[in-house]
Amino acid sequence: MNSYDVVIVGAGPAGMACAAEARQAGLSTLVLDEQPRPGGQIFRDIEVSDPGRRALLGKDYAEGARIAEAFRASGADYVSGAVVWNIDSAKRIDYSAGGRSHSVEAKSLVAATGAIERPTPMPGWTLPGVTTVGAAQILLKTSGIVFEDLVLVGSGPLLWLAASQMITAGVPPKAIVETVPKSRYRAAARHVLRALPGWRYLAKGFAMMRAVKRAGVPVHRDAEDIAIEGDSAATAVTFTSGSKRHRIETAHVALHQGVVPNQQMTRVMNCQHRFDESQRAFLPVLSEDFETTVPGVFVAGDGAGIGGAKSAAMRGRLVAMRIAETAGKPVSGERAKLRTALARDAAVRPLLEALYAPSDDVLSPADAVMVCRCEEITAGQIREAVALGAPGPNQVKSFLRAGMGPCQGRMCGLAVSEIIAAARGESPSTVDYYRIRPPLKPLLLSELAGLGAEAPREAAE
Amino acid sequence: MTNRTADLLVIGGGIHGCSAALHAAMRGLDVVVIEKDTVGRHASGVNAGGVRRLGRHYAEVPISQRSMEIWHRIEDLVDDDCGFQRAPQIKVAESEADLDELKARAAHLRAMGFEHEVVLDRGELRAHLPAVAEHCVGGLASLDDGFAQPYQTTFAFSRKARSLGVRFEENCRAQRVTRVGSDFKVTTDRGVFSGRRLLNCGGAWAGEIARQLGEPVEVEPTAPMMLVTGRMPRFCTAVVGNQSRPLSFKQMANGTVVIGGGLRGRALPETNVSELIFSELRRTAETAIAIFPIMKGASIVRSWAGIEGRMPDGIPVISPSSTQEGAYHAFGFSSHGFQMGPGVGEIMAELVATGRTNAPIAPFAITRFAPEADASGSSPTQTEGLSA
Repeated sequence: MNSYDVVIVGAGPAGMACAAEARQAGLSTLVLDEQPRPGGQIFRDIEVSDPGRRALLGKDYAEGARIAEAFRASGADYVSGAVVWNIDSAKRIDYSAGGRSHSVEAKSLVAATGAIERPTPMPGWTLPGVTTVGAAQILLKTSGIVFEDLVLVGSGPLLWLAASQMITAGVPPKAIVETVPKSRYRAAARHVLRALPGWRYLAKGFAMMRAVKRAGVPVHRDAEDIAIEGDSAATAVTFTSGSKRHRIETAHVALHQGVVPNQQMTRVMNCQHRFDESQRAFLPVLSEDFETTVPGVFVAGDGAGIGGAKSAAMRGRLVAMRIAETAGKPVSGERAKLRTALARDAAVRPLLEALYAPSDDVLSPADAVMVCRCEEITAGQIREAVALGAPGPNQVKSFLRAGMGPCQGRMCGLAVSEIIAAARGESPSTVDYYRIRPPLKPLLLSELAGLGAEAPREAAE
Repeated sequence: MTNRTADLLVIGGGIHGCSAALHAAMRGLDVVVIEKDTVGRHASGVNAGGVRRLGRHYAEVPISQRSMEIWHRIEDLVDDDCGFQRAPQIKVAESEADLDELKARAAHLRAMGFEHEVVLDRGELRAHLPAVAEHCVGGLASLDDGFAQPYQTTFAFSRKARSLGVRFEENCRAQRVTRVGSDFKVTTDRGVFSGRRLLNCGGAWAGEIARQLGEPVEVEPTAPMMLVTGRMPRFCTAVVGNQSRPLSFKQMANGTVVIGGGLRGRALPETNVSELIFSELRRTAETAIAIFPIMKGASIVRSWAGIEGRMPDGIPVISPSSTQEGAYHAFGFSSHGFQMGPGVGEIMAELVATGRTNAPIAPFAITRFAPEADASGSSPTQTEGLSA
């Protein structure tokens, strides 16, 4: 079996920067990534972007292209289209690529699997025509496709970024329905001073909001009781805003409630996690060098806690420096500088987290709302199971099958923990999260049956 | 302050602990269940759910039969259907030699007076399993067996027990068992509990309790591996095993297929962690595809393993203590205890309440593991956990 000093899962800014730094330190490095090309979600397809799409990305494009170029030049081994489906306690990684499963061993493992969008169960969210803002944005970045009647619903910086990108692309959203309660502005105001070192982010945010206003996109604020109407597909979105009920006809709705760390990989490795009240999400417990509670397993990028692309790249480099240091290589003189820059880049986060924390309305879907889409389990069923005595997500999973489907809870896990915690009058930190089991992504049974079939060929090499 | 005394202290909130607690409560006993995690957290909640008499060790057959009678009226007992579905259990023979072994087994059972296992010829096998591979020559079936939802079942037993007054102390580990006068004291994470009788249903963790009672036995923690596929068109209504290679295979009502069969992962009972070993589980995938070619197109969505206790001879301990009067054991079911839960719980409650049972439990005596020179009872050095 092949073995590397460092195996990095994910080729977004964190993974790419980590790989380049690790190679610079002389470490043998492998990057496994699901996409056909490096870039991750934020810099998706950055190497093949045409000028139109570069314009969409604006200033970020140059930064992404530079990181991708450095990664390509680094000499790190790179397997695209690789779906990692298991990592065991000996840091043996099983992944699927080209219709076959392969195994590789890592001395150090870096999970650079980034963030996923927070699940947003609400009436009608499973109807065809409803997607997430992140998915709509990827479609725009990779194919230039925009729906003309798209209504953006939710909260968070990405909502405004996507809106401004759609405006740049010449297809502004039909409306923005923002779920930020008025009280959040007061809560966020307390963090303004601390956020000032991050004034560039704030300026960018205001610029995006101005662009939306200039384009004449209707913005409904403080929206509550959102429902998407439709029998076989979305036909309208309804909500209460300014103590009035509104109804916007549309066949396309994109939902968003911020992004949260993708914990599937660190969960499958039994790393400890904690619930972060400010980010309202589970984060892996990490050392200052981003090492998890499992020695030799690191998390770089948004998986370590939401920080954005700049922080992701810096964290990736810091992780590589730590691994190099452990391997007895000289430590880069840039480490202290990087740490300072990372702290500065994070200055704006408390403000954003306070402002865009999901509203109670969003966190407590009505009983009839489907929460687990794979197994069609409603919020009411989850609350009933709690009433019967189920103490946490794993019992609810065993009892109702919630989280047992092909997505293994990626789409519902946080919502289920939140609903159980609320029903029990506890915090998500005590009710915890689903135990995640391999395969991380569905795997053909025939592929498992052929596992290890490549061994003789490797031996002949 | 909570009441920390009871007629019976049960250690372990798995299917056996919950079933025994329920049956003891039905006999009017005051019961406390001490569970280190939560009810059904380990093997009881995450096993393959087979409700199987087929293919059992001959010594287990009478108890399994008694349990089966309870399964057929499970809803009357626990007010929950436990997801129990009656279905044939079939062991497939891939060769004439396999089939001969199965025929011999059926004959042996008939001689014992049990008629529930019947031989299937080539055509009968296909009548039950239209999707079975061409090379399979026959099988052995127990037609009135079935399967159930393991967590739903264990949870239902605990809820029914609770409704009859049984107290469950969860996240409460039994650390030390001592005897003070005629009572047992169990020191836990959350104080000392005291009871006139003690029942050890500690599963993979039961060996330590037995050791403290002065009768050490080897309970190997194991992690039987299982996997489940995405939904598939309905092609199999029976629960299927294999005579010559490990397999347990069933299609659930929702179309997903659960495949197990006893191949073992890595069990780490100290941390509650079980790890899958895919180089082993690979064989399970191979066997499933060999028996049902349709499985070539199946995709695995999840795999798992619960931590279970295995005895050196592969059959459980169902036994009064040989060292402490009033203490009892039901553990070490060696990956096939789920079906026996309802029946063994009834037997244990009878033992606890009356001191005796007519059930044929002699083959499961804990003394079978005692060193021959000392088969009669405990030695002083083995009772360090007990103080009078």
